[in-house]
Amino acid sequence: MSPELVLFLQTLVSGILIGFVFSLLSVGLTLIFGVMDIVNFAHGEHLMLAMYATFWMWTLWGIDPLFSLPVVALLLFILGVITYRLLIRYVLDAPMLAQIFVTFGLMVFLRNLAQVLWSEDYRRIGDTLLSGRIELFGIFIGRPQLFASLGAVITTGLLYFFLKRTRTGWALEATAEDKEVAGLMGINTERMFALAWGLGLASVGVAGALLATFNPIFPEVGTVFVLVTFVAVALGGFGSVPGAFIAGIIIGIVQVLGGFLWEPRFKTVLIYAIYLGVVFIRPQGLLGRR
Amino acid sequence: MLRLTRVLLILVLAGLVLAGCVAPQPAAPAAPAPAEQPAAEEAQAPAAPEEIVIGAIYPLSGALAATGVDLKNAVELATDIINNEYDLNLPLAKSAGLPNLGGAKIKLVFGDHEADPEKGAAEAERLITTENVTALVGSYNSAVTATASQVAEREGVPFLNPESTSPTLTERGFQWFFRTTPYDKLFAENFFEFLDEMKAKGYDVSGVAILNENTLWGTDVATLENEFAQQYGYEVVANIPYEAKASDVSSEVQKLKAAGEDVALLQASYVSDAILYMQTYKQLDYAPTAIIAMDAGFVASEFVQTLGDDANYILSREVWALDLAESKPIIKAVNDMYKERYGTNMNGNSARAFTGMLTLADAINRAGSTDPAAIQQALLETDIPADQIIMPWKGIKFDPETHQNVLGSGIIVQIQDGEYKTVWPFDLASAEIVWPFPKWSER
Repeated sequence: MSPELVLFLQTLVSGILIGFVFSLLSVGLTLIFGVMDIVNFAHGEHLMLAMYATFWMWTLWGIDPLFSLPVVALLLFILGVITYRLLIRYVLDAPMLAQIFVTFGLMVFLRNLAQVLWSEDYRRIGDTLLSGRIELFGIFIGRPQLFASLGAVITTGLLYFFLKRTRTGWALEATAEDKEVAGLMGINTERMFALAWGLGLASVGVAGALLATFNPIFPEVGTVFVLVTFVAVALGGFGSVPGAFIAGIIIGIVQVLGGFLWEPRFKTVLIYAIYLGVVFIRPQGLLGRR
Repeated sequence: MLRLTRVLLILVLAGLVLAGCVAPQPAAPAAPAPAEQPAAEEAQAPAAPEEIVIGAIYPLSGALAATGVDLKNAVELATDIINNEYDLNLPLAKSAGLPNLGGAKIKLVFGDHEADPEKGAAEAERLITTENVTALVGSYNSAVTATASQVAEREGVPFLNPESTSPTLTERGFQWFFRTTPYDKLFAENFFEFLDEMKAKGYDVSGVAILNENTLWGTDVATLENEFAQQYGYEVVANIPYEAKASDVSSEVQKLKAAGEDVALLQASYVSDAILYMQTYKQLDYAPTAIIAMDAGFVASEFVQTLGDDANYILSREVWALDLAESKPIIKAVNDMYKERYGTNMNGNSARAFTGMLTLADAINRAGSTDPAAIQQALLETDIPADQIIMPWKGIKFDPETHQNVLGSGIIVQIQDGEYKTVWPFDLASAEIVWPFPKWSER
């Protein structure tokens, strides 16, 4: 292959790989929104907590992220349920601004808590079972990134299967459709909401554990990823799991390839241009329902 | 429609959250105040005072308190060396007090600015009007130095700045402001002097690539580097500004790769982006001839801590390094005194504050009085040779117009086995430079 082609393909691969990470992050956010119309502003901070959980299990007990991943997902699931029970439950029927400020406040709280507990230092997980890179026809693929992509596909697949093919999943979708009617049909909507928060955060837990293998960990790490996640959720259609998944990949490719072919400083502009285009032409997003 | 507005509201809010995380540095105001010349009758030398009061304004509390304490310790150590007899080859060390003022001692009074430009100005005001200081030193943060020196300018009090590097500070045409530290423009020029000297040794680079974060600091650095590249005749093969809060930088790195690896990469980054770039270089196998950093993220303690061995062979500009002691014994002597008293080694900040304080005292001594105009004149005549300072400079001599020390110079350090080693200027080097930057597969 000619060097130009290799460079181009390498860039495309890099874009797809980071896109999968965006996808995984967006899926959790869109699930919570889809079920209860609440945006979790603390999403980035939940990611940060998942990364720290992975980091500490690795540092203190030497548990490889590959094995701590299910534990982190479970911890985040529990955190999601607790968050719902202690905070969100009380603002379900409150005005939108009140809902925004609850999760916004949670974001500020968690970020500052992390600064107090773990300081501003940057941490990094050293060599893990996932470290290294693969070379294919002169194209480099980071193994952590590759595993993160696999994790994204599997997690999204499981979530989608759960929503579409299980009774509990149907109950969740019914609750999202109409809370009152679902309640009348004998669905425990309280439990469904808690489940949505649990699942939403568990997928962030998976993302955090995988991301921690190749990204530095620090209290503000959430801010780096969260904005692009919001865009992916809106682009994919609020509440649509497959939509968020596809949108994440699109954003990854556009960002990396666009930055390479054009000027890197305009790469975020490209993402928002696409986003604006979608808002004007198809306000419900790629796969969203009206 | 409701949904659309909601989406927009959310994005705006999210944007605000992110924007709040990057506090912009206020630019230094550049309004020159007219200098007040002291009245002629005050100029006759009064009887030599027993004590000369000097005000030192530093961030002694708040987020920069740790740095502030280093700076305070350094000026206190300098004052002790001036006031008492020590067998050191430094200005005023061998005598007790200032000999030309009948052995008068220096008394320090401190002002705390908490890294706030307004507090800095208020402290300067207080020290001048109620403490009657003869001169001021400070204030570390360029933004604070800018406001505090404005007060000194208005009041006609000499202000010596040992450690702020914003170029604008000496471009204001102030009469009473003097700066001993080299500043950002000089550091940018150092890179090209270094590349020229490497070329003389037979290590040629075909050009430079410039990579910088896109806020005020990074942009200024890139502008200077572009200017000097032209002046020194180096082709700029790529010019890439980027956002510091990035989740992924592979397109930037691919761009650099496409521009060719036979160049020196000049990089200005904060810490999280510096780390992200290093990881991406490794993953995508990008190894230019050299990576030369404008300090910041690359000299933060987290950089080596986080990257471990992957941080090796990075070159960065620095103002000072402890290993300079190997070629300049006076540095070891002073650092030993400092360490014995305060328990830590000196660093670039304390070494510069120490040097600034000695420079000021030297001028007051030569002025032979506390008259501001006489001190100003003595400062302009300052000529301290290289062997009498603990800095890697060629000496101290102020430009008659800008009052910038023209003999200042930076050093270039290289990370070797996780430690910062001085590699340039070559006569001060403590380690042999590793050149070119090794390929990732060969390390």
